[in-house]
Amino acid sequence: MNLFCIGLSHHTVDVATREQFGGSATAESIVRDAGCTEALLLTTCNRVEVYVVALKRISTDEIARCLMRKIDTDPHDYAPPFYRYEAEKCVLHLFRVASALDSMVLGESEILGQAKKAYESARKSGAVGPCLHRLFQRAFRVAKQVRTHTEIARGAVSVGSVAVDLAQRIFGKLSVCKVLVLGAGETSERTARALVSRGVSDLRVSNRSLDRACELAQTVGGRAVPFDDWAAQCREIDILITSTASETPLLTLDILAPMLRERLDRPLFIIDIAVPRDVDPRVNEMEGVYLYDIDSIRSVAEQSLALRRQQVAAAEAIIAEHVTDFVDSISRGLNRDSQTGQHPSLSENSLRPSEL
Amino acid sequence: MDRYLLIVSTVCFLAAVVHTAIELRAGVFRPMRFNFFAVGLGFIFQTAFLSLRGHELGRCPLTNLFEVFIFLAWSVAAIYMLVGPGYRLSLMGAFTAPLVVILQVFALIAPIDIRHPAKLPANPWLEFHASISLVAYGVFALACIAGVMYLVQERQLKTHQLHSIFYHLPPLTDLFAAITRLLWWGFVLYTLGIVSGFFTGHPLPRVQVVAAIGVWLLYAVIIQGRHLRWLAPKRVAALCIIGFSVALTLLWGITFTTEIHPLP
Repeated sequence: MNLFCIGLSHHTVDVATREQFGGSATAESIVRDAGCTEALLLTTCNRVEVYVVALKRISTDEIARCLMRKIDTDPHDYAPPFYRYEAEKCVLHLFRVASALDSMVLGESEILGQAKKAYESARKSGAVGPCLHRLFQRAFRVAKQVRTHTEIARGAVSVGSVAVDLAQRIFGKLSVCKVLVLGAGETSERTARALVSRGVSDLRVSNRSLDRACELAQTVGGRAVPFDDWAAQCREIDILITSTASETPLLTLDILAPMLRERLDRPLFIIDIAVPRDVDPRVNEMEGVYLYDIDSIRSVAEQSLALRRQQVAAAEAIIAEHVTDFVDSISRGLNRDSQTGQHPSLSENSLRPSEL
Repeated sequence: MDRYLLIVSTVCFLAAVVHTAIELRAGVFRPMRFNFFAVGLGFIFQTAFLSLRGHELGRCPLTNLFEVFIFLAWSVAAIYMLVGPGYRLSLMGAFTAPLVVILQVFALIAPIDIRHPAKLPANPWLEFHASISLVAYGVFALACIAGVMYLVQERQLKTHQLHSIFYHLPPLTDLFAAITRLLWWGFVLYTLGIVSGFFTGHPLPRVQVVAAIGVWLLYAVIIQGRHLRWLAPKRVAALCIIGFSVALTLLWGITFTTEIHPLP
């Protein structure tokens, strides 16, 4: 019996190639079309992978054919560089994928959810048997352990998540924070959404076009404020997200200084994602004001990524330990079964030690 | 025998310090469980030491500078155990342990464990005055530690240079709330300590009274400044550090004076 995985990922091919595969295929259809005993299809925006358990050897082309959107195209004509990992390497690859070590954004959390969803879908269709069941359950355990015991998921790496992370480091609970979004651009909308998803309930939107402000306010569950009132709002708010198209800074020391005297013990967190900047950079020198422009947000994201990269070795060590343990446990199961002469369902679907 | 207990206790606190340093260096900072355990163990040995010494003296073990320093270190650890987790400031262990180590190492190395030739008679008011004042010092020490944490966090946020420790420190507003509460608790306990000093039945040396009232006034100004919003949180945090440094220096002075002019 063979355990292997074949796939395409952001490491090997571009999106134009990846989108040619995995469209209508399901784990069930792969089991049926490729003649394997178990299969699991993992498709995300960055990868298309199939994990297969089969009694006989199945070629990469055969699996690739099952994955192609246009069934009349010969994979030989297209020849994308599918990678193939057999047995132990397959186990290692899955553990790395589930732990987000193979992700485009190192340590991101989405992949684990996507892997669980793929497993659940394959299990419901009956394409997952005892071998893939054990493999994926272990992969989920490994991913959890990696996240808990290393800092691989520490810090934020996008504008929205950096803003939320920093806001939480300043204010703790965001549910009591008042937020003003100045300028209804796409990035401010995403940032506002990220804050709302973390509990912000008092959100105000101000824009030169009141209609656009109303539209965004409605989308993110806030209220629109006339553009002439935005400065007055700064007395009340805790977080300001600004991204207007103004050519000169809107918020200067002179405007902010009198307001700060009234709110001495309340910090003000300003996220200025406008280019040119909406807020005079000297504002950051004022007591209780924390100003982050697009460059400083990018710098924080890079620091987070650097921190995550430092954790790769520790994560790999955890994974290596689990791979060895998983392979050993499978081998022990086979030995025990051969001694007792019994062939429980698991051993029938397990890996031969020689294959590992 | 009792000094060995103290050495073991110091080793426990030192373990927390070393563990934190190693994790910080490796960029992996998860000291919560280990630090709480190490500080807890150190606290148990401290308590055993104070209990033995108290039993031996037949009174609260605050008869010389050595015992005062150990009692202060014990107060700091006790308050940390009590309020640290409550205020979600378990990380305080990483900051508390070094302070306790400094106090205990100094007490162990310096020749300050001078026993009184005669057994001192018990004086409940004097013992209450001394112990409650030192517990207040312990609370001020925690406020000072929270102040350090606040300034570390604030500095990282201002400079946009976020280190591994940043993600483990409590939010600024939580730290400031903790500082405010600790200041109030310390102030109330210290006031109790000063007032009880007048019930000891013995005249107190003027220098001690002046120093104690000086510390009391300093903290009164910080609390008032915070209450009336004259002082920004960053300044309150900095003043907590200055306040405790001053208080600690004066405590040394007070205890030193007491040893020269001992109370009966």
